[in-house]
Amino acid sequence: MPTSNDATPTELDVRIWRGGEDGAYAHYRVPFRESQTVLDVVTFVQRHLDSTLSYRFACRVGMCGSCAMTVNGAPRWTCRTHVSKVAEDGVITIGPLRNLPVIKDLACDMTEFFEKWQRAKGRFSPTRSRREPFERISPETPKRKAVDAGIECINCGVCYSACEVVSLRRDYLGPAALNRAWTLVNDTRDAEHDARIAAVSGDAGCHNCHSHQSCVDHCPKQLSPTASIAGLKRASVGAAWRRLTGR
Amino acid sequence: MSPTALYVAQRGTAAILLPLVLGHVALILYAVGDGLSAGEILARTRGSTFWGLYYGLFVVAAAVHAAIGVRSVLGDWTRLSRTALDRVALGFGLLLLLLGSRALVGIL
Ligand code: SF4
Ligand code: SF4
Ligand code: FES
Repeated sequence: MPTSNDATPTELDVRIWRGGEDGAYAHYRVPFRESQTVLDVVTFVQRHLDSTLSYRFACRVGMCGSCAMTVNGAPRWTCRTHVSKVAEDGVITIGPLRNLPVIKDLACDMTEFFEKWQRAKGRFSPTRSRREPFERISPETPKRKAVDAGIECINCGVCYSACEVVSLRRDYLGPAALNRAWTLVNDTRDAEHDARIAAVSGDAGCHNCHSHQSCVDHCPKQLSPTASIAGLKRASVGAAWRRLTGR
Repeated sequence: MSPTALYVAQRGTAAILLPLVLGHVALILYAVGDGLSAGEILARTRGSTFWGLYYGLFVVAAAVHAAIGVRSVLGDWTRLSRTALDRVALGFGLLLLLLGSRALVGIL
């Protein structure tokens, strides 16, 4: 077991969610290895113990955002999560992400997560055509710095799964979509600023955030969706003021 | 009201309430520490425009602030529609306004 006082760890007691919403945890014994990730454990089970196990991954290096699961109660990117960091007395419990419908085993239906990106207008809308020259943006401007702070999101859904408001309000756009919207609000090349602010400040938008930073705690990229959402709240007030005063 | 307007009202009343609450607490500590009787307190507040405005503003800000807070909590924990939430919040705010006004009349 990978505990500090056990010199010769041999096996992990792995519990993996099997089935859909009404499934249950099944037990597996997986050999413990040095530098083993949680994704390695899941892959071992699928290759050697039960080939019907369903799960998602692609890059295995923390870039694609497809491997997120709930590990010992917390949402994590499994390809970059070492077993030695999370196993408790050699036990690992691996389930699908919270706040998303389970398709089967460890695979969730991400549809609502990505639809909310669209609802938050999380896509770039250009002001220039390809025939015009590139706009030059200094990395030193406050706006570009705000973009940099949020742009490394890999769409893993970890924050969405960690957000209590998403659990309570099924329509809440959630931290990832709002963080993405904030990067675009600060993108000086974008054409849809007002429409985006309107999209993110409605009944399902930024004003529902409790700012309790569960998303920040869990984001594997160390982003702060909470700060982005606070920015959107301020921006929505600015936009309302401009509407009122006609400026 | 739009979520943005509610947000501004919530934050705005919070900013108003903060110094008022601190002043209120300081006042209570002073009154109790000095052993002022109810009569002595009322003698100071009766007919005072300052205390009338102070606590009048307090009551209005508290009613608005608490009503929006309750609306948010209910929005999170119940399936009430937006209209229903607005109505409950309005009712709760008016109730606080009424209770606060009664207290205000008592000291003025
Ligand atoms: S800070 Fe906001 S978005 Fe982040 S987890 Fe909390 S409620 Fe959700
Ligand atoms: S903000 Fe962080 S946790 Fe949320 S989807 Fe992006 S990378 Fe994942
Ligand atoms: S497999 Fe791509 S981020 Fe984990």
